[in-house]
Amino acid sequence: MNARLRQIGTWIDRRLGVRDLLAHTVLHPIPRELESPMGWWYVFGSASLTFLLLQILSGVGLALVYVPSADQAYESLLYLDYEHPLGWFLRALHYYAGSGMVVMVLVHMTQVFLQGGHKYPRELTWCVGVVLLLCVLGMFFSGQILRWDPDAYWGLAVAGSMAGRVPIIGPDVVHVLLGAETIGAAALSRFFALHVFVIPGALLFFLAIHLWLVLRCGVSAPPVPGQIVDRATYDRDYAESLKRGVPFFGDAFWRDALVSALAVIVVVVIAAVLGPKGPTDPPDPTLGGANPRPEWPFLWLFALLSLSPREAETFIILVFPLLVIGVMFAVPFISNRGERAPSRRPVAVLSVILIYTTLGVLTYLGFTAPWSPRMEAWTADPVPVEIVKRSTVPQLVGGSVFQYKNCRNCHALDGVGGRRGPDLTSVGTRLTRDQLIMQVSNGTPGGGLMPAYGKQISPAELSMLVDFLVSLRPEGQPAAGWATPGPSLGAQQAAEPTYAKQLPPPDAS
Amino acid sequence: MTTAMNHVSQAPPNDNPARRSFLGWIAVVTGLVASALVAVPGVRFLVGQRRVKVPWVNLGPTTGFALNETRLVTFDNPLRLPWDGITSQTGVYVRQLGVVEKGDPQFLVLSVNCAHLGCPVSWFPQSELFLCPCHGGVYYADGSHASGPPPRGMFHVMWRIRSGELEIQAPHYPTLQDTLRQPT
Repeated sequence: MNARLRQIGTWIDRRLGVRDLLAHTVLHPIPRELESPMGWWYVFGSASLTFLLLQILSGVGLALVYVPSADQAYESLLYLDYEHPLGWFLRALHYYAGSGMVVMVLVHMTQVFLQGGHKYPRELTWCVGVVLLLCVLGMFFSGQILRWDPDAYWGLAVAGSMAGRVPIIGPDVVHVLLGAETIGAAALSRFFALHVFVIPGALLFFLAIHLWLVLRCGVSAPPVPGQIVDRATYDRDYAESLKRGVPFFGDAFWRDALVSALAVIVVVVIAAVLGPKGPTDPPDPTLGGANPRPEWPFLWLFALLSLSPREAETFIILVFPLLVIGVMFAVPFISNRGERAPSRRPVAVLSVILIYTTLGVLTYLGFTAPWSPRMEAWTADPVPVEIVKRSTVPQLVGGSVFQYKNCRNCHALDGVGGRRGPDLTSVGTRLTRDQLIMQVSNGTPGGGLMPAYGKQISPAELSMLVDFLVSLRPEGQPAAGWATPGPSLGAQQAAEPTYAKQLPPPDAS
Repeated sequence: MTTAMNHVSQAPPNDNPARRSFLGWIAVVTGLVASALVAVPGVRFLVGQRRVKVPWVNLGPTTGFALNETRLVTFDNPLRLPWDGITSQTGVYVRQLGVVEKGDPQFLVLSVNCAHLGCPVSWFPQSELFLCPCHGGVYYADGSHASGPPPRGMFHVMWRIRSGELEIQAPHYPTLQDTLRQPT
């Protein structure tokens, strides 16, 4: 039997002629130093590859059921979630293995960068890797659109509006993106084609190049402080080190296999415990209260955009991503030779710390999105009783004006409410009556953060609203006054009694 | 077998260089023509837009809109594709502004899409403001920019009155350089 198989194999390989290539791939020598515990740093690339295989398998599975048509996509997702055996698990697995792939690719890149693996002669390996990162992010974005719920619909709206800012050809770019005059079936089909044909095709193509480069240029040996990369001697030294190298099919392979297996187990457990993500509501554009959020790999960009001044916005949308990509491509050419050990490359280490801190903080902000008004706060969040327990009637009316005029959607009281504007729990200690009238009537000058309420509110309402606001200060704290104390200060304080100190409790009599 | 495949004769099959270069030249030109024949319709297919006369949508008799009251009106957008499903549902904010001289009343019809990044704005009649849930863009009742990141006011939808009924031009997805103000 064995001999028979061998015979068939030989027959095939006489025509195919890949046995040598396979043997070369599996047995190609890698630096002996990878047998040390340092070799554990080299497992992230293969873990990314394992997640890719998982994504292809689960993706093909989902495609057996999912209908990429605007009128039925949502229903087919619900069918997957609730009716098809283990459809929910496949959807969850596809989402969390995709997330895991982004994480692994980033960890892989960071490891390569920190250990100087991008330097001569592996510049091209790095650049193709950057293309692969972009492909993975493209898969994530297009995949979110296929989850045909309000987030997908309004994600397309945001993408369309961003594309619409391209000078001159903006409307054409929007049309190519959406495929029709409105957001709907055509856009879903386009993103389906991107997610299933175009980006995976590009990804596999560049992955083949990436792996070929890894074989051809070899993996870098673990960095040793003082051992510098010099283009004149590196190739010779590396070839020399491979002569006493070890085959890839050995410890290195088993480490890769072990970590990949663990990664799969972790993702399977997460998918089984957390279940599929969405879809939330049907993609009905007339549903109120839509609050679209990008997927987590894009939250940092969402935050950066939201926190930037209006003037910088078009730049951040159109130019900044290109700059970031350009810098990533330039990395192996900027830092091409010299030390590889992180202990000798403080700028590289600090850059990594800075980049991840920034991304982390921005992602957290993107997750909490304090710049988004809370649309239901004006009816949903009651005024804390402590604040109005001893209010006068005008103050109480002012408090209801505060709620009724939707101020609460942007201003929290005692930490509850919108967080776009400042929390007003103790605004009475910060702003005087005149300043408050000015702020409410005029808003932030120049169309800043706060709209002018001058015409949105009657003079009586404004007066009582300000009565309420000046009363907002913790007991025992003085009201806001002028910086230079004068006769007006005392008068002002007398004129604005805070409820807490001056008024007896209502039931004291 | 392997030797046969790998061994290519080094001698040129034809030692007339002019003829060979002519063959190469004609192959390149023919190839370019063939590529163009595929690429031109291919690119036009990808970027092309269908030409449709923008349809008008009837929103009902003008008397159905109370004076100075903003209301969200939803309808099935006739720009839809037949398989658009629920996504063709479209909303616009309609406000009747009253009769200026005599005749039909004036209207204000605004797209729900924020001029910032297209999110759906909500109308708050209590404060007479439109609020966008995404980045907090705010507009006044007339659609002008009040505060926040939008670079302009809300998009105005074209409207007309035909025999006492309010009609609007079916709105496409509006963006900064492709607003809803088109010639009828």
